[in-house]
Amino acid sequence: MSDRRVAIVGAGPAGAFAAARLLRVGGGPEVDLYERLPTPWGLLRGGVAPDHHEIKRLDETFDRDVLGPRCRFLGNVEVGTDISHGDLMRHYDAVVYAVGAQTDKSLGIPGEDLPGSLPATDFVGWYNGHPDRRELDPPLSGRRAVIIGNGNVAADVARMLTLDSAELDRTDTAEHALEALAASGIEEVVVLGRRGPAQAAFTSAELREMGHMDGVDLHVDPAAVELDPVSEEWLAQEGTFTAGKNVELLREFAAAEPKGAPRRIELRFLTSPVAIHGDGKVESIEVQRNRIERDDSGTLRARPADEPTETIECDLVLRSVGYRAVPLPDVPFDERNYVLPNERGRVVDADSRDPVPGVYAVGWIKRGPTGILGTNKRDANETVGLLLEDLDSLPAPQAPGVEAIDALLAEKAPDLVTVEGWRAIDALERERGEAAERPRVKLADRDALLGTARTGA
Amino acid sequence: MAYVIAGNCIKDDVCIEVCPADCIHPTPGDPDFESAEQLYIDPETCIDCDACVEACPVDAIFADHEVPEKYDYALDLNAQFFEQRKVGRL
Repeated sequence: MSDRRVAIVGAGPAGAFAAARLLRVGGGPEVDLYERLPTPWGLLRGGVAPDHHEIKRLDETFDRDVLGPRCRFLGNVEVGTDISHGDLMRHYDAVVYAVGAQTDKSLGIPGEDLPGSLPATDFVGWYNGHPDRRELDPPLSGRRAVIIGNGNVAADVARMLTLDSAELDRTDTAEHALEALAASGIEEVVVLGRRGPAQAAFTSAELREMGHMDGVDLHVDPAAVELDPVSEEWLAQEGTFTAGKNVELLREFAAAEPKGAPRRIELRFLTSPVAIHGDGKVESIEVQRNRIERDDSGTLRARPADEPTETIECDLVLRSVGYRAVPLPDVPFDERNYVLPNERGRVVDADSRDPVPGVYAVGWIKRGPTGILGTNKRDANETVGLLLEDLDSLPAPQAPGVEAIDALLAEKAPDLVTVEGWRAIDALERERGEAAERPRVKLADRDALLGTARTGA
Repeated sequence: MAYVIAGNCIKDDVCIEVCPADCIHPTPGDPDFESAEQLYIDPETCIDCDACVEACPVDAIFADHEVPEKYDYALDLNAQFFEQRKVGRL
């Protein structure tokens, strides 16, 4: 079956793990890895916080396991815009969608669209050198920022807003963000969690990290870590190891004397935003206290408490309450769960649930935005296992062969970035990084990326 | 001596695959696997072979006497995970 060819759409961790798994099969199909950016590895490059550089080292594994002789990197090509799903189906035996979840969930409160109120993911893309976020220009001159959400993106963003410049200077944070953050006036970051300390979605590792930053006092109100009876019971009976650790850490932080550090992160629990106020830009956020209740199904829920709202003055609001996938033209979409409708990775029709032959999903577009990097490896193994099972019985494409694909790309994607182009970008970024004693100095605008890619072609 | 896993673990399961002593948990399929924020090494059964250190793609595993200061909590954390698991708390 060596003349088979599979297209993977999206070169983030899910696409990379899927490619690696396909390439491990001796005599298995050839792989074309499509990516809409000129650079591979998705959120590993553009999401993982720059101060977590050990994790970013996974790119070496991806480079080794994915960019080999049987896999072509086809960057700067957007499926659904430059080429269509139909194009892929005409040329490939199978298509694997690994496009992730590209938008953020909104809060649905008044004032959310005021300048200065941003999705945290845009801010993450901005400091990580995502070429589409370069012009974001987040307002950093005010004294206080408010982050909504209690997950790891919220923790990353809180750290990035308060990290010492000298520490940031050792990371691969984009140049424009380094400059802006060095000049930032932000002294206080308030992180709001809808539910209580026992239900915070932080990992204990991220929570611990926030509590041990140089130059930052982590403030937790001792009253906030006194658990309500419902949470106390939940933690004792159903709480995970992480939830227990989190409560333990939060109590430690609540009891600690402030160091008198120049910057401060405050974690507030059982607090939801109700409105963002300001004249032409964010000036304050109005918040409501919650209490935890168990609903009829036994699930813990945060409900508004019968207390007056409180207003917190701030210039920047970053919301981090989840990601959401967007539909792809001509591909089935599950409008309720924001995924491609699928059975263990085989894409099916949204209504009839009949399989769509040759179409697969992996990663967040398959299971929703859950799990951590390694979760995608097992997810990819499941999808690719089914694909390999199906491969011999799939209908043959109308126009197979690399020549037909190359002709299509020459016409529709004149600025294609191949593996040689990516190697040129990677080499230049690392070389500049070495001179600056940083892991890499990123090229953060599309023209620079494409110009450098051409030098490798 | 034993090896320990620090908080930058990404739950890539390659360490579990290479471990000859089956001392890294939870493993895929365990009821506590999905909720675990990282993998842990049982210091009671680790045989100090170094295979997981070589395999880890993000350098999250250290010998107990070489744990960097910022991860010093990981020694207790790995042990505690198994203590709590033993008494059926997880």
